Amino acid sequence: MSVEQKAEGMLSPYRVLDLTNERGFLCAKLLGDLGADVIKIEKPGGDPARSIGPFYHDMPDPEKSLYWFAFNTSKRGITLDIETVDGREIFKRLVSSADIVIESFDPGYMDNLGLGYPVLSQVNPRVIMTSITGFGQEGPYRDYKAADLVVWALSGILYLYGDLDRAPLAPSFPLAYFFDALQAAIGTMVALYHRENTGEGQYVDASAQLALVWPTEPEPQGLWEQDRIILKRSGRSWLRAQSGVLIPVIYPCQDGSITFFPFLGPTRVKANIAMGEWMESEGISTTFKEIDYSTLDWQNLRQDFIDEWTGDFARFFMTHTKKELLEGAAKRDIILYPVFTPKDMLEFPQLTARGYWVEVEHPELSASVTYPGAFLKTTGPPCRIWRRAPIIGEHNVEVYVNELGLSPEELMTLKQSRVI
Amino acid sequence: MKKRPFEGIKVLDFTMFGVGPFTVNYLAFYGAEVIKVESHARPDGCRTITPYKDNKPGLERSFYFAFSNPAKKYDITLNLNHPKGVELAKRLVAWADVVAESYVGQTMERWGLGYDELKKIKPDIIMFRTCMHGQTGPMARHPGYGNILTSLSGYNCIVGWPDRPPCGFQARAFTDFVAPLFGIVSLIAALDYRRRTGKGQCLDLSQHEAGMHPLAPLILDYTVNQREPSTSGNRLAYAAPHGVYRCRGDDRWCAIAVFTDEEWESFCKVIGDSAWAKDPKFATLLGRKQNEDELDRLVEEWTSKRSPEEVMSLMQPAGVAAGVVANAKDQAEDPQLKHYHSFHELDHPEMGRMSFYHGPGFRMSKTDYELAPPPLLGEYNDYVFTKILGIPDEEFVQLMEEEVIY
Repeated sequence: MSVEQKAEGMLSPYRVLDLTNERGFLCAKLLGDLGADVIKIEKPGGDPARSIGPFYHDMPDPEKSLYWFAFNTSKRGITLDIETVDGREIFKRLVSSADIVIESFDPGYMDNLGLGYPVLSQVNPRVIMTSITGFGQEGPYRDYKAADLVVWALSGILYLYGDLDRAPLAPSFPLAYFFDALQAAIGTMVALYHRENTGEGQYVDASAQLALVWPTEPEPQGLWEQDRIILKRSGRSWLRAQSGVLIPVIYPCQDGSITFFPFLGPTRVKANIAMGEWMESEGISTTFKEIDYSTLDWQNLRQDFIDEWTGDFARFFMTHTKKELLEGAAKRDIILYPVFTPKDMLEFPQLTARGYWVEVEHPELSASVTYPGAFLKTTGPPCRIWRRAPIIGEHNVEVYVNELGLSPEELMTLKQSRVI
Repeated sequence: MKKRPFEGIKVLDFTMFGVGPFTVNYLAFYGAEVIKVESHARPDGCRTITPYKDNKPGLERSFYFAFSNPAKKYDITLNLNHPKGVELAKRLVAWADVVAESYVGQTMERWGLGYDELKKIKPDIIMFRTCMHGQTGPMARHPGYGNILTSLSGYNCIVGWPDRPPCGFQARAFTDFVAPLFGIVSLIAALDYRRRTGKGQCLDLSQHEAGMHPLAPLILDYTVNQREPSTSGNRLAYAAPHGVYRCRGDDRWCAIAVFTDEEWESFCKVIGDSAWAKDPKFATLLGRKQNEDELDRLVEEWTSKRSPEEVMSLMQPAGVAAGVVANAKDQAEDPQLKHYHSFHELDHPEMGRMSFYHGPGFRMSKTDYELAPPPLLGEYNDYVFTKILGIPDEEFVQLMEEEVIY
């Protein structure tokens, strides 16, 4: 993409060097989609994360990882071996004109290469360096092996989900490091703002464990602190730990599952009545009519009442498909959502109407691929996928020769010595 | 004291529940001045979410409200359904750099507080809007909650056992913790852009759209390969053992994840010279995957004789990823979380001291964040209306009598 086009982004004046592996891809993707000039630095031969599936047409190939595609949009790509002496020197030259460096190596790796923050800040006092790790740069777990599942466990979030008759349950698609990468993006932006006030760069230490305690919400910790209650997982139901009652949330329907939660409170009375009328109109008798929604309170509901009440829902939902239930509910202002799979997302009219899906050209595959588009809409400079994820070393000449001023001969030498 | 990054930035905050307040918190943590607008007619709905402190209902007693607002916010009660209330809101817009709101799509327009109106009052205003489905499209005005938006965003279909319907994230508002992270980055970018160019803008963050972004590879797997995700319990295609194993004690568990040959060898050493660990059928990843049911049973036989802490402290020094499946007590006592001061204790006038408050998920070498006890409803009416807007005392009293400040 040309420099002119790039100039439209909110973050267009800033250059980001992205050294991350799969634990940190999402961080610089956000900045790139907002217009920053992100340079993804890979090892010569390509980032190991290019081996993460799924793959384009199920063909495992470093240039066909959909995982790579998804999280490296709006980045240019160069190769560089920072473990070599030449590589380190070139990296420092890149740092001198960069605003932000993002990395997700194990703690100490960059320091051992002589590329830790103390060194980089001497090269460029304005630079912001952000590290993304499982447990952070300090503390007793600093050097722990930080597999996604293990971080998910130690943060306290794993314990909260699953069926009580089995082990606690983590997502089948690992999510822990996304929270880390997103928090790192926030820290980077706060540091950038601070730098524009003061002129000084700084170091940002993002930890997946730290990032994941917050989404465990206040209930587990609050009930422990106050009542010495340990909040446990409760399957497909919402557990009111103080009374012990369970309110079903996920129900089976004809072709999958839906989530329905009879939200209470004055603003939801009408919708709850509408739900009862809908069921009645289709011959499912309910105990609904006797309920006074304006006074109903989760605190005081008994389990036998809830079972009878929600049993009516369960019978009703089994007579419909996900799509019928979503449409019928939306019409009646009822908050009911099917458990969407990607197919349902693609068919959801709201996302289509907002132009959420975008076609991204992949000329090397002679194809275009449908992506989730902007995470933000704005009247200002657009947030968008500016370019597809880079192929290996795609911008070596552009960055090293045109921008950094290496001669084509130097580039050739460095390529043959596997620095680039 | 060093100037904090957002010192001098003024935020007029109409947001409620999770995503909006979570977003605004980050500006407040780093020095922005925030006025939070509520009213007795319509307090932040989070104030009525259970559990309440000591199980006693009250607008100042909800764990969730307190947890969602651990930052300095000048809370006022302003009745927007009174014409004079809207007039006062407009005067506050003139004061603000950022207006944040999280009503159902197009609600602000009904009060004459849409972006076009705000721009007339303050041309460089940044308006941050977030709701379930965004400001446009057929579902824009449809209300919703993060508690089940997890379904539309694809999170609920990836938590489950292969032999059961998905468990999902139960009724927890998981997307409420994803969408704001995108929102905060965007909002700071917009502030930076305004500083450079003098231009404001209107940001429209659909919690559905932002929330599903981390699942992009699964979405591409469908758009390219027409494959739908499946649930695999705690297993992962390219690791074994990879699971959550029962340990000694009541509902105690440890997660273990073995990826490489080296890690497998270390794992075998830790569990001692068990005959089964030497069985050639477990020597390769393919072998372990083929015999994973048996492998998991044998691993669990070993872990169930030990506490999760013991399993972790044997595995980790040997280079095997293992971690206690922390419950609330473990969280509170975790030495790493203590090191990073993950839980903050705040003293609240009605709730007393509680420790479920959090700052950001990162630490900065030169910039500190600051938490503050959650605001009480209307706590700063006097300050905001008489000091910031300079309304004379008599008029202030009258506005209260007229239920404008209400």
